[in-house]
Amino acid sequence: MTARIGVVTFPGSLDDRDTRRAITLAGAEPVALWHKDKDLKQVDAVVLPGGFSYGDYLRAGAISRFSPVMESVIGQAKAGLPVLGICNGFQVLTEAHLLPGGMLGNDHLHFICRDQKLRVENAGTAWTGDYRQGQEIHIPLKNMDGRYVADEYTLDKLEAEGRVVFRYLDVNPNGSLRDIAGITNEAGNVVGLMPHPEHAVEPLIGTGRTDGLPFFTSILKKLVNA
Amino acid sequence: MSRTPLDTVDNAAATPDVELPWAELGLKKDEYERVVEILGRRPTGAELAMYSVMWSEHCSYKSSKVHLRQFGEKAPQSDAMLVGIGENAGVVDVGQGYAVTFKVESHNHPSYVEPYQGAATGVGGIVRDIIAMGARPVAVVDPLRFGAADHPDTKRVLPGVVAGIGGYGNCLGLPNIGGEVVFDACYQGNPLVNAGAIGVMRHEDIHLAKASGAGNKVILYGARTGGDGIGGASILASETFDDAKPSKRPAVQVGDPFQEKLLIECTLEAFQEKLVVGIQDLGAAGLSCATSELASNGSGGMRVTLDDVPLRDSTLSPEEILMSESQERMCAVVEPEKVDRFLEICEKWDVIATVIGEVTDGDRLEIFWHGGKIVDVDPRTVAHDGPVYERPYARPDWQDALQADDANKLPRPATAEELREQVLKLVASPNQASKKWITSQYDHFVQGNTVLAQPEDSGMIRVDEETGLGVAIATDGNGRYAKLDPYTGAQLALAEAYRNVATTGAKPLAVSDCLNFGSPEDPAVMWQFAEAVRGLADGCLQLGTPVTGGNVSLYNQTGEAAIHPTPVVAVLGVIDDVARRTPVAFQEEGQLLYLLGDTSEEFGGSAWSQVVHDHLGGLPPKVDLERERLLAEILISASRDGMIDSAHDLSDGGLIQAVVESALLGEKGARLIVPDGLDAFTFLLSESAGRALVAVPRSEELRFTDMCGARGLPATRIGVVDGDSVDIQGEFTLSLAELREAHENTIPALLA
Repeated sequence: MTARIGVVTFPGSLDDRDTRRAITLAGAEPVALWHKDKDLKQVDAVVLPGGFSYGDYLRAGAISRFSPVMESVIGQAKAGLPVLGICNGFQVLTEAHLLPGGMLGNDHLHFICRDQKLRVENAGTAWTGDYRQGQEIHIPLKNMDGRYVADEYTLDKLEAEGRVVFRYLDVNPNGSLRDIAGITNEAGNVVGLMPHPEHAVEPLIGTGRTDGLPFFTSILKKLVNA
Repeated sequence: MSRTPLDTVDNAAATPDVELPWAELGLKKDEYERVVEILGRRPTGAELAMYSVMWSEHCSYKSSKVHLRQFGEKAPQSDAMLVGIGENAGVVDVGQGYAVTFKVESHNHPSYVEPYQGAATGVGGIVRDIIAMGARPVAVVDPLRFGAADHPDTKRVLPGVVAGIGGYGNCLGLPNIGGEVVFDACYQGNPLVNAGAIGVMRHEDIHLAKASGAGNKVILYGARTGGDGIGGASILASETFDDAKPSKRPAVQVGDPFQEKLLIECTLEAFQEKLVVGIQDLGAAGLSCATSELASNGSGGMRVTLDDVPLRDSTLSPEEILMSESQERMCAVVEPEKVDRFLEICEKWDVIATVIGEVTDGDRLEIFWHGGKIVDVDPRTVAHDGPVYERPYARPDWQDALQADDANKLPRPATAEELREQVLKLVASPNQASKKWITSQYDHFVQGNTVLAQPEDSGMIRVDEETGLGVAIATDGNGRYAKLDPYTGAQLALAEAYRNVATTGAKPLAVSDCLNFGSPEDPAVMWQFAEAVRGLADGCLQLGTPVTGGNVSLYNQTGEAAIHPTPVVAVLGVIDDVARRTPVAFQEEGQLLYLLGDTSEEFGGSAWSQVVHDHLGGLPPKVDLERERLLAEILISASRDGMIDSAHDLSDGGLIQAVVESALLGEKGARLIVPDGLDAFTFLLSESAGRALVAVPRSEELRFTDMCGARGLPATRIGVVDGDSVDIQGEFTLSLAELREAHENTIPALLA
């Protein structure tokens, strides 16, 4: 058997098709989910893809968080449904309070697109099982509002509980506090990160690396073995 | 504009003596008289608005038309051409049932007035042209030219333009895969912001801008119509900037990329369900253009009720509604029984859609407002029968002196040490330096099909995931060469783009162009234009790559000073399997470096003459298009058969620029030996055309040199990929660290 992984399309989502392709390449079945539809079609996990949902003219992710589909995602995530938020999806997850903290504009005030080096700080989440703890990987990063911020108490708590999942290495591309690139919730089923693993799944495309594929194989293994 | 009482057709007929502000709308006296002659009466205010925008230089090509005909007359036979000049964009067959549409356009004037919005809406406009052909946009490219890199105003214009392109294109989900950034004082008051886009579709999905079938409905969908960009086409793009005139800011449009993204998805869904008979985007001249073009390309007429146009500002007059250039709007012609489904799809995507009229049996375009008929014209007279000018042109009297000022006679470096310093200065100069600070503000990865992106020689996109079919695009132009000799300069731009496509392993198929020049009212400028078009048309014929469409931007001048004539050429290519693409970066130490082509002393218009001597004179490099074709064939074969692992086109900056870029990108150095018969200076810095640098695995050397020998292409072994420096044996050494610092720090230091 395989797993069915939903990918939400908000108006302004950009990487929804790419994410579905990555899921297929990992051997799982992608299921398109629509923002106006509360029905999650009984998927086993959900990805909120990158983009500029609703134009992001307000705070990034602030409107999407109130869409019908998110009502279901929020409820089911709290009950353990694995959810991955990539870039704009990460922003939506913080706006939905499924993950702590929030994202501000990059400190240099420009959009940034680069091949970013990361360290895997937690290989124990639903989405990172196929990485080794401490593994160094390259994943493309592209965003305007990628500066992760939270209060000191929250940051200390995230660190103490091992909930910082990815950290930027060599270059902090946006001014994120403590070089944080991605985090998880207490249960480890919800993960959000700014870089784009769905853009690093084929040897010829993009940066030519496949360091992002383990996200999708991790969740598949977890679901199939569950 | 006076509009009380409503200026209907009847009113116009009854009041022949009313004076209309035709001059303020950019029409010349004889043009106005021609309108009166066509209509047999004075035009209404609304009709005047339509004629004035559609007969503007920007929309009617009135000064350039007589020359542009050559692109059709001299078009080479090509099986690949599916749709040619005249539609929103040309369409080319790339095989396996796929068709590709591509085009380059200018948004020069708006981008100087308001850099962010000017550049953003330039991207928006070209992307709508692509959608209007029935294609999904898959990539954008941006050839940009600015004033001197260290001029204070460049720091205003460039960051705004780059942020605008990124802000719009990134938000649409279109990878930005190529283009250029060039600095030259001649573009100080007239930056060139050209935008190109590529779209992919199946052959059966090609759509055209025509309204046929009486009773079919005309649907306007997308953004509401507002007061932005009114008269943009006629006032902004068709007149020379003059310090004495008031600010033109209100004539620049404001873009909303989110709305455009919805427009793309909603349009493609309507195409998929075969709901669309004809389609046109609203760009320059807005509704005036869309209605008159749709109607004149179809079989019948059209009736439009302007009251039904959704407005952002309820106080707009009918003339303003017709002229508004509000962005993110499209116009579709739909059969009555399919209208409901079309509107449903628009609603799904939260796109406003309104039936504003229908196709009629007659041959008139009639537009109503508050029950009165305010337009009654033959749409062909608006869209196609604009004035055609045989502008006088003459070779400028300074051309001979310019060409006699031979760059080959400039003082050359006397010692190896001096040559080393000049090379370092060159790779650090703004035009030759890395543009990463700029291109990293564009998304290269979205859609997950980007095989190559800048700084590669051409951008490459995978079209089919199963077969690996891909397309490549390169844009090139060199205003310095074209100033020295516009005919040759245009051919050099073509040759470079053609070569850049072949260098990555793709076969060049077709051409689009963006012709940026000064005022056509100056005979010297007109001569440059005529020569460049002649050169490009001749070149395309010889290379077998037809021009599929493009854009002319005139009046790029402030006062008396025109920009360098700057034809920018885009070449589209196809590659059977993107896995066979050849990148710029050196891949493996020990691979052999070969220089393909002939090198002679050619420094006219060169980067060296500019950077070291601040000089522009002499003749540009010679063009040999048969050699270009042979070089391209060799590069494509070598790519396909795995004989080369990296390749880089040689152009401005010469061989050393190519070696430095390949070395820095691959993080591997090179040892070079100056070949017999050449001095080090010419070897490293000459800009002879028809050349490329390739890295050959040792196991392939014999096969590769045999192929070059058999085909008659000079191939000279000049060194090897090795170490962590660029070492010119017996001359000088530059470490990669030193080169990287010189090459990569310049642009951030000037602009960040």
